[in-house]
Amino acid sequence: MDDVFLKITGLKKYFGEKRVLDGVHLDVPRASVTTIIGKSGIGKSVLLKCIANLLIPDAGLIELDGQAIAQSRRGAQGTEAVTFSYMFQNNALFDSLTAAENVALPLLEAAWLNQSEVNDRVQAMLAHLELSDSAQRYPGELSGGMKKRVALARALITNPQVVLFDEPTTGLDPERKFSVFEMIADYRERFGFTALLVSHDIPEVFEISDHVAWLDEGVIKFFGKPSELEIDAESALSGFLNKANYGREGTINKQETKV
Amino acid sequence: MITALGRSTLIFIHELGEISLFGAGAVRGFFCQRHRFAKLLIATHEIGVRCFPIVTIVGLFTGLVMGLQLYYTLVKFGGEAALGTAVSLSLIRELGPVLTALMVVGQAGSAMASELGIQRNDEQIDALQTMSIDPKGYLVGPRLLAALLCFPMLTAVFDLIGIWGGYVTGCVLLHVDSGVYWNRVFQSVTWVDVQGGFIKSLVFGLVTIAICTYRGFNTHRKASYPGVRGVSESATRAVVWSSVTVLATDYLITSFLL
Repeated sequence: MDDVFLKITGLKKYFGEKRVLDGVHLDVPRASVTTIIGKSGIGKSVLLKCIANLLIPDAGLIELDGQAIAQSRRGAQGTEAVTFSYMFQNNALFDSLTAAENVALPLLEAAWLNQSEVNDRVQAMLAHLELSDSAQRYPGELSGGMKKRVALARALITNPQVVLFDEPTTGLDPERKFSVFEMIADYRERFGFTALLVSHDIPEVFEISDHVAWLDEGVIKFFGKPSELEIDAESALSGFLNKANYGREGTINKQETKV
Repeated sequence: MITALGRSTLIFIHELGEISLFGAGAVRGFFCQRHRFAKLLIATHEIGVRCFPIVTIVGLFTGLVMGLQLYYTLVKFGGEAALGTAVSLSLIRELGPVLTALMVVGQAGSAMASELGIQRNDEQIDALQTMSIDPKGYLVGPRLLAALLCFPMLTAVFDLIGIWGGYVTGCVLLHVDSGVYWNRVFQSVTWVDVQGGFIKSLVFGLVTIAICTYRGFNTHRKASYPGVRGVSESATRAVVWSSVTVLATDYLITSFLL
């Protein structure tokens, strides 16, 4: 097993009687892209939100580099959040702030940097993501793909160790989906963060994934490299993958496109 | 019936506790924020400047109507000279703080509840949390403190415009002696009356803005419906509960002050 950076042990989250996460164990290797797959409503986003401290787990332990970040008790909220960035499914950009202001927000409000340092870092990040021309535009004036890039810029501006992506390609056409995946892979290489991704885009997402985790019935039932995904006709994973068209479409073509 | 009453009372007390903790957390969070003055300035603009026109208009018409009604009541007893006293004391003690609070709730409170509700639904509040920004301190704290600044000032504006409105009706239209009117105003209004009005406006400001922001911020937990309907429900409930609370706390404060 590679060097484990994020370790989840026995994570449980219930909503009333409903057991959404029922003892999740997951070891995410350092500086890798790990994709969580599974049926809709199975608890993939809940798992990400527990890691990001947006939800308090009922039991279990989350460790980052060997250090516990969320105990299985109430009141543990608000610790170590700076280590994580979260890219939301719908981007969660502030409508009343420009693209540049959205990207600068975590630095201005949480990083205690001076204005000129913030400006320099924001300009550099926008340039990296080819957003310099749209810096002064509001989210409402940006295309879906550009919003994704602004959200990604905001997620990366604090140099996080872990970036959590909650269905980053929702609502995008196939061409833009590839671009977003390429963007994630490219920036993971460039910035060296550990990425944990939730996606329904099978098999496209496997192109950038170092590991795949299959969440089913509240637990991780498969963890391994995409190439290790067994297409065993009898298994439940096979059923899920077949429904997701895995193994039918062949290798995807990477496209040299920009969002 | 007794069980239902007991349950409602417990829910009410629980809600009251939650709102108090929410408000206290927001104020505490505000003092841990950066750029506090800028945030306070924006919130002051939202509550103070944007509500100024409506408070002025309502204050003017309240004064005009009071001048008219009180004149025709007082003239029956030959007491029209007391018009200045009646108008000024009614406004400063009661109507000024209450109507100002209701106007601000209608204008700024509903907008805050809707805005926070949309931000909650759009996961913007969660996004703040993931950026290590305290959402209550960032979004709610400045508004609560701005309410403490703006409510007394808007109440003062309401009172002054209202008294001038009473003068217009009483003296300009109905020919009460203007010297008598202003003399009665200055003689009858004491610092205790002004102080009482300001205490009310401070309490109303804190309570109403806490309720409105609490309802918006907790749209996902408190509204019966998800999405847009939930936001609309939060805004409606924020306005209704704030208005009822203004009237209830007005009675309580008045009974303590008198």
